[in-house]
Amino acid sequence: MNMILGSLPTVLMIVAPILITAIGGMICERSGVVNIALEGLMGIGACAAASTHVLMESAGCGRYSLVIALLVGMIISGLFSLIHAVAAINFNADQTISGTGINLLADGVTIFASQILFHADRTREFRMGMVVDKIGLYPTAYIAVAVVLIAWFVMYKTPFGLHLRACGEHPAAADSVGINVKKIRYIGVAVSGVLSGLAGGCIVLTQTIQYTSNTINGRGFIAIAAVAFGRWTPLGVTGAALLFGAAQAFSVIATNFPALKVIPAEWFNMLPYAVTLIALIAFSGKDYAPQASGKPYSGGAS
Amino acid sequence: MNRKIKEKQSFIDWFINSNGATSVAVVLLGFLFGTILVALVGKKPSNMFKAIFISIVGQANNKGVWNFRYVGETLAYSIPYVLTGLTMAFACRVGLFNIGGEGQYIVGMTIAQTVALLIPAFRGQWILCLALAIVGGAIWGGVVGILKARFQVSEVVATIMLNYIALYGSRLISFQLPGATTYKTAPLPDTAMLEKVLIKTSNLNISFFIMLAACLLYWFIMEKTKLGFGFRATGLNKDAARCSGINVVKNIGLSMAISGAFSGLAGACVLLGGAFTSGRILAGQDNYGFMGIAVALVGNNTALGTLLAGILFGILKESQSLMQNLDIPKEITFIIQGLIVVFIALRSGLELVKQYRAKQKVRKEVLAK
Repeated sequence: MNMILGSLPTVLMIVAPILITAIGGMICERSGVVNIALEGLMGIGACAAASTHVLMESAGCGRYSLVIALLVGMIISGLFSLIHAVAAINFNADQTISGTGINLLADGVTIFASQILFHADRTREFRMGMVVDKIGLYPTAYIAVAVVLIAWFVMYKTPFGLHLRACGEHPAAADSVGINVKKIRYIGVAVSGVLSGLAGGCIVLTQTIQYTSNTINGRGFIAIAAVAFGRWTPLGVTGAALLFGAAQAFSVIATNFPALKVIPAEWFNMLPYAVTLIALIAFSGKDYAPQASGKPYSGGAS
Repeated sequence: MNRKIKEKQSFIDWFINSNGATSVAVVLLGFLFGTILVALVGKKPSNMFKAIFISIVGQANNKGVWNFRYVGETLAYSIPYVLTGLTMAFACRVGLFNIGGEGQYIVGMTIAQTVALLIPAFRGQWILCLALAIVGGAIWGGVVGILKARFQVSEVVATIMLNYIALYGSRLISFQLPGATTYKTAPLPDTAMLEKVLIKTSNLNISFFIMLAACLLYWFIMEKTKLGFGFRATGLNKDAARCSGINVVKNIGLSMAISGAFSGLAGACVLLGGAFTSGRILAGQDNYGFMGIAVALVGNNTALGTLLAGILFGILKESQSLMQNLDIPKEITFIIQGLIVVFIALRSGLELVKQYRAKQKVRKEVLAK
C-alpha cells in the first residue's frame, strides 16, 4: 500500500500533461474540428518552454522564468495551432491532412530552432526544473485539476459552452440562431493549441532537463486516445487520462514492484492504445462523438 | 487586348483544375519558404541547394569528380517513401485515410527480421522475408478495413492506435530474437540481404525494381481491372457503389489489406537493404509511414505522381548529411516536407476560388443579357 501511495506523485506527474492535452483536444472536437496535431503542438510548446527557461536561467533571472517559460510555450503553440484553424475552418481543408502536416512541421521546427539557438539537435540542459511541494506533488498536478474544472464549468455552465457544443453537433442550426460558427471553432482550435503547449512545457519542466526529439514520444497520441475513450466528456476524458497515464507511469516504475517486474514495460506502453481500440469496437454503433466533428462548415445561406 | 485577358483567365482555370500543376506549385512554395527560413537565420541558402544538387547528379563536393554513390543512395532512400506513398494513395482512392503506414511498416520489418534470424539460412531467403512481410502488412491494414466496414470504427483513430501497438509489439518480439540487446539483434544472414544492383558502391538494391513493379501493379489494379473499378466507385460514392451491386464492405477490407501490403514490403526493404547489418529493436517510429502520406498527397494518388514524389523525398533524405557538412541544419528538410503537407491541406482553398469564379461567370452572363 505504501508503495502505491509512494508512486502517486510519479503517476500524477505523468498523468497531468496527458490530461491537459486531452482536455484541449476534447474542446477542439466538441467545437467540430478534429485535431490530430496535438503531438506536434506539444513538441512545439515543450521546445519553446525549455529554450525560454534555459536562456532566462543563464541570464540570471531564474525566479519567474518557469512561469514565463510555460506562458511562452502556450503562446507559440497556440500560434501554430492557428495554421490548423485557418486550414480547417477557412479553407475547408481535410483536417487529418493539415494535422499531419503540423506534426511533421513540428518535428523539423523544434530541432531546427535548437540547432540555431544551441548548435545541437536538442536544447541545452537547464539546472532547475519545477520542484515538488510539501506533499511531494509537482505544480503541474494542480494545473491539470484547474484545467479540468474550468473546462467543465465553461462547457456546461456558460452560454459560450453551449454554443461550442452546438457548433460541434449541428453547425447549421447554431448558425441559424446567430452563433458565429467560425469564431467558436477558431477558439476551440486555439484552446487546444494553448493547452497542448502548456502540457508540453509541463513535461519538459518536470520529467526531463532538456528538449529532444524524443521528449513527447507519443503522448499527444495517447491524449487523442483518451478523448475517444473518454467519450468526449470532461469526466470521461479525465478518467481515461488517469488510466493511460498510470499505465505509462507503471512502465517506468514497475521495477519497484517485485510482482510487476516480470511484465515487460512494453505491455504497459501498449495498454492505452489497445484499450482504446477495444473500446471503439465495443462502443461501435452508438454515436458518442460530436456529430459534426471533422466536417467543414462553409456557412448555410450566405 | 480582349483576347489577352481571356488567355490569362484560362491559365488560372487550367492551373486550378490541374492537379499536377498545383502539386508542383505546392512543392515550389515549400522550398521557397524553406529557403527564406534558412536565409533568415543567417545561413547560405545556396549551400542547401548545392547539397540537393549533389544528391541528384552525384557530383562530389569540390573535387569536380562524379560520384554516383550519391545517386544510388538517393534512389535507395526513395524506395520506402514510394512504397508507403502507395499505401496512402491506394486507401485514398477508396475513400479511406490510412495513416497506419507506420504500423504496417513496423510489422513488415519485424516479420522480415524474425524470418531472417529464426529460419536457417538458405539461398533466396530474402524472397520469403519479403513475401511474409507483405502478408503481415496486409493483415495489419486489413484489420482496420474490417473494423471500419463492420463496426464503423474511424480508420484514422484505429490506425493511430495500431501504429503504437505495432511499435511496442515489435519490441516485445524482437527482444526474444537471438542475440537481442537493448537496440539490436544478432547479425542478419547474407542470404536474407537484398542483392545490390546498378550502382554497387551504394545501397541501391533489387528492391528498387520491386518498387517499380509495385507502382506498375498499383496502376494496373486501379485503372485496368474490375476490382479497381469497384475500389474507385466505393471511394467516389459509397451509396451509389452499393446500389450498383458493388460489395462495399468487402472492398473496404480488401483495399486496406492491399494498402497495408505496400508498407509491409517497405519495412522489409529498409531492413534488408544494406543500411542495417543486424535486426533492429525500434526505440521509436522511423516516420516513413507518415512521410508516405505526404508523398501520396504530392503525387495526387497516382502511380507516376507517387513515384516522382517519392524520389523527391529520397533526394531530400540523401541531402541531409550533405547539408549538415555545409553548415545547414538538416532539419530544414523536415520543415520543407511539413510545409508541403500543410500547403496541400490549404489546396482545398482552391475549391473556394473555383466556386467564386463560377459565381462571377454566371453573374457576368446574367448581366450581359
